[in-house]
Amino acid sequence: MSTSSGTPESWISSFCSLLGHEYFAEVSEEFIEDDFNLTGLQSQVAMYKEALEMILDVEPEDDEDEEEEEDEEEDESIEGADRMRQSERRNHSRVASDLSVIESSAEMLYGLIHQRFICSRAGIQQMSEKYELGHFGVCPRSYCEQARTLPVGLSDIPGEDTVKLFCPSCLDVYVPPNSRFQTVDGAFFGRTFGALFLLTFPEYDLTKRGADVLAGARVTEDEKEQMLNGMYVCNIAPGLGGTKIYHPRIYGFRVSEVARSGPRMKWLRGKPDDMSELDEARRFAEDNPDSEDEDEASMNLNGRPMHRLRPRRRQGQGGSPMAVEMNGAESGL
Amino acid sequence: MMDEFASESDSDYTSYWRDWFISSRGNEYFCEIDEDYLTDRFNLTGLNTEVQYYQYALDLITDVFDLDCDDDMRETIEKSARHLYGLIHARYIVTTRGLSKMLDKYKKADFGKCPRVFCHSHPLLPMGQTDVPNQKPVKLYCVRCEDVYNPKSSRHAAIDGAYFGTSFHNIMFQVYPALVPPKSSERYIPRVYGFRVHAPAALIRWQNMQRTEMLRRLRKLEVESGFKNDNGEVDLDEEDDEDEDDLDAENDVLIEGTGMNVVG
Repeated sequence: MSTSSGTPESWISSFCSLLGHEYFAEVSEEFIEDDFNLTGLQSQVAMYKEALEMILDVEPEDDEDEEEEEDEEEDESIEGADRMRQSERRNHSRVASDLSVIESSAEMLYGLIHQRFICSRAGIQQMSEKYELGHFGVCPRSYCEQARTLPVGLSDIPGEDTVKLFCPSCLDVYVPPNSRFQTVDGAFFGRTFGALFLLTFPEYDLTKRGADVLAGARVTEDEKEQMLNGMYVCNIAPGLGGTKIYHPRIYGFRVSEVARSGPRMKWLRGKPDDMSELDEARRFAEDNPDSEDEDEASMNLNGRPMHRLRPRRRQGQGGSPMAVEMNGAESGL
Repeated sequence: MMDEFASESDSDYTSYWRDWFISSRGNEYFCEIDEDYLTDRFNLTGLNTEVQYYQYALDLITDVFDLDCDDDMRETIEKSARHLYGLIHARYIVTTRGLSKMLDKYKKADFGKCPRVFCHSHPLLPMGQTDVPNQKPVKLYCVRCEDVYNPKSSRHAAIDGAYFGTSFHNIMFQVYPALVPPKSSERYIPRVYGFRVHAPAALIRWQNMQRTEMLRRLRKLEVESGFKNDNGEVDLDEEDDEDEDDLDAENDVLIEGTGMNVVG
């Protein structure tokens, strides 16, 4: 994923090092070169072919030179700078306005590929490295105590909203503190990534502060014992409930809920004191012992999902319960 | 620099030190305290034990400081003056005049805007988590989500929260109840490929239940809940479901949209 140090900067790594692009992962060329991963993008991006060539630093060539092009591609990685300059020169021979259109198309295309890439195994792994390094910032909410956030989009369609930060500690989304991120499209991260990250890496200790080095900050063995609704109990909104709700006070006295300006939003930051209240399936089974769905209900009883989930998580070195293919083919979904 | 201030302050009736203080970088959260308030000793009751060189510090704040002293001393007094100003500030901003000054700043969003996406940049108010000085830095309160946030900038994060106090922001909305924005149950729901994730979704269902209960309690007491959609008559359970269904329908379309792309 990271380019070897000898070669000049690729379009991808220069794009990712731009100011405001700190949240982006470097999509591997391997991922982009697999046509399956690009399915449907052709119709969403203008000058698709040129944009794709730009992303891959391929020299624009006529179709008949296809073989030669491949050769040159290899040369490029070896010879480096000269090739780049040459290709740039060639690019310059295009109409200037054309080039800026391609450039913006390339950014759009890269963003859309990025949305898919970060949900693939390689991509989410790369994002987890960035998460560990604290690249995505921390939650501004005081009671979350600098919990790390994840970049998400509120829409998968480009042009609708900018990138937001999802805090797993309070399950809310925030505007990035720096205005430079207000030009980054949220669709380049997509709606799925945030939640998928939590499911893929259930063992991160979500309460770890952004300033700390995260290496090895995993849920402890004790905490692993408690599992609820497919997540570790200690990782279900650790920043909510209990003492982590603000109670408005005037001279030490709580403002009443009945007051015109009284607190009305405590539910948003609430969490049951006893988390087993959220085990809806078990509670249903307890409340309806004679229910017709008894078989189904009892299947979801406490023990079962644990047994089913655990061995699976041990399998991949990424610790992913999601069997996502290397090339991100989410065909099953 | 301070000589300049001290010498000019006598001739002018301007509040030189305070002007300088509130306009200096990092002090954007403070409002200017009236001369009248500062000169009424009653308002300063008890502060003389909190602040070193109390009298000099007060003189500096009120621009009547004329002590000849070395730089170290001046520095100490200057520091005391800033601390004293902060402590008086906490008292001043809960007075009628102080509230209206802070209200102006609030309306201009001088204290920043709520970072929560669904608060749609609602202005914040500064607050302290304790009234005891030197304990906790200033935080920002959003009246829309009723939560507490850290200031974005590190220069604000160093301000003592006691300079604003634990009551000010709540008094503000007691005095100006019309300022309380309509509450909204809009919120983020974590999803994977359009499907809600079980654990957060179960928590969200529980939270919605809490809200419904609260609304029911308030309705019983015939208190306005402040929620946009609360007509008092509508069954809230149903309303919630409808809201969710609407959202779902929307999302289904989106999913199908992307699904089509992937397949086609």
